[in-house]
Amino acid sequence: MSTLEIHNLHASVETDGGEREILRGVDLTVSSGQTHAVMGPNGSGKSTLAYVIAGHPKYKVTDGTITLDGANVLEMSVDERARAGLFLAMQYPVEIPGVSVSNFLRTSATAVRGEAPKLRLWIKEVKESMAALSMDPSFADRSVNEGFSGGEKKRHEILQLELLKPKIAVLDETDSGLDVDALRIVSEGVNRFQADGTTGTLLITHYTRILRYIHPDFVHVFVDGRIVESGGPELATQLEEHGYERFARAGSGA
Amino acid sequence: MPATVPAVDLAPRVFSRDVADHLVPTGREEEWRFTPLKRLRGLTDGSAVLESTPAIDVVAEGFTVDTVAMDDPRVGASLTPSDIIAARAMSVAPAATVLALAAEGSGRADVTIDGRGAGASHLIIEFGPFSAGTVVVRHRGHATLAQAVEIRVADSASGTVVFWQDWDRDTVHAATHHAQLGRDARLMMGHITLGGDLVRILPQVSYTATGGDAELLGLTFADAGQHLESRVFVDHDTPQCRSSVLYKSALQGDEAHTVWVGDVLVRAEATGIDTYEVNRNLILTDGARADSVPNLELETGEIVGAGHASATGRFDDEQLFYLQARGIPADLARVLVVRGFFTDVLGRLGVPEIADEVMSTVDSRLGIDRVAAGLLEEEAE
Repeated sequence: MSTLEIHNLHASVETDGGEREILRGVDLTVSSGQTHAVMGPNGSGKSTLAYVIAGHPKYKVTDGTITLDGANVLEMSVDERARAGLFLAMQYPVEIPGVSVSNFLRTSATAVRGEAPKLRLWIKEVKESMAALSMDPSFADRSVNEGFSGGEKKRHEILQLELLKPKIAVLDETDSGLDVDALRIVSEGVNRFQADGTTGTLLITHYTRILRYIHPDFVHVFVDGRIVESGGPELATQLEEHGYERFARAGSGA
Repeated sequence: MPATVPAVDLAPRVFSRDVADHLVPTGREEEWRFTPLKRLRGLTDGSAVLESTPAIDVVAEGFTVDTVAMDDPRVGASLTPSDIIAARAMSVAPAATVLALAAEGSGRADVTIDGRGAGASHLIIEFGPFSAGTVVVRHRGHATLAQAVEIRVADSASGTVVFWQDWDRDTVHAATHHAQLGRDARLMMGHITLGGDLVRILPQVSYTATGGDAELLGLTFADAGQHLESRVFVDHDTPQCRSSVLYKSALQGDEAHTVWVGDVLVRAEATGIDTYEVNRNLILTDGARADSVPNLELETGEIVGAGHASATGRFDDEQLFYLQARGIPADLARVLVVRGFFTDVLGRLGVPEIADEVMSTVDSRLGIDRVAAGLLEEEAE
């Protein structure tokens, strides 16, 4: 049983015009067995929340706390967070020329698991996970994210999710840029990851269509750097029908 | 003091096999301004006593191997030295080694040039018409070497020549590696430079007929105190030819210095050509310096394409973030990025037999333990 607790989180980014606050007091708790969807309009800061959890150096946390099973996440380096059990599936995965997917995955798994996985078992594990995501085996020889289509990048993110088995996964707009087939394949991967109830997922999205495949237990509406309303799946249905307008007013009135 | 006259174009100003025709450089000349002349051990001013010819070992399949006198017509048939060191190499070398691949033949040759002190060497590599072959020239040992290499790729031949500078740390190596391409000939010329104290190589390309296609690839890793210099010169004087230049270097440690100069001259008659050159330098620590000078001179606009790009910098923060976000510690993430930077070039070169050994050297320089890091290459089945 794991719990990610975010309390009164404030974070800002350095801009040409000085420091700009993007997160303005986020409170959120994600536990194993739960899927949370954070939904919000563009520019609301929901992706920033994902990056702050992962520890991107661009953002400065000015107030509040993040803990994972009681441990202070904000004191950890980016790689320590990952090894502690946090995972961020990125919206725009970075190209790393010359680093093969197979080397990358194994180095990453070695770091997260604390020892190099046995080669024979590892090869089988990767092969099966790739097959489940309809990824061609030749994929393993390509450079990380280099020349990948949008769908390939997202599948590669979910492949890592399945292999690294984090305690809590944050998925940042994993649905963006995917056609229906890819969206289904990627969603199935997330559902497999979430299936045994030992892991938690925080799904960040602008659109509701991914929620046809991944069913959240909790839905949070994110506007202007904080959660303005939380509820069950019915909240997503409301958003689908009426959009963010009502909440945008709530955000600006806050 | 002689006045320095600015070059009117990018072409070297003097071409001659006669040492006396070349001025002894002072360091103020454009083509010598980055080179620490004092560390050349007399190769420029002639005070070097070049009497220890390096040992040459050739393991060849398909290629014939000959040793010929320096007055043989094949010597200097395509290379006329553009600097005093190449001229000196050709005047001092006691003989030339000739590797030749017959017309329509195919073959592979592994040449080891083993330094034994101060000396000169002349090497000729010929790919006959419609032939296809690969030559790997590995330089090792300790030496003060003046060297001239001429490569001739005949009509419709396809050749790969890789020069691997695997020298001992104290070696000085100054060379001109000139390639001449015939009609529809293809050449991939690679330079992997890891060793030596001072290595200064002038890879040069010229064309004798249309359709020539040259790809030049370089991989350089300079450690503390090393000066590793590459001065590319592609002379587009023939229509409808192509050149592509990609040089990458990584630097670490105090006074590590790389120099890349990419001179591409597109003469008025070279219509319909396509050229692109790229230099990327990755500076791993403070105290290292990479000089990068792309020079593209166009005397005609009737071409398919011409361009260059150069970038020198530190690590890409987003790449490091991505790797770290997957649990990989920062130090190892940097190592992966550097390895990737190089395997990219090695992959293009397509000589897997040496790629792994080159990467071992790179890994040991970077202080990486492959097995502990979970890297696959060695144990993969």
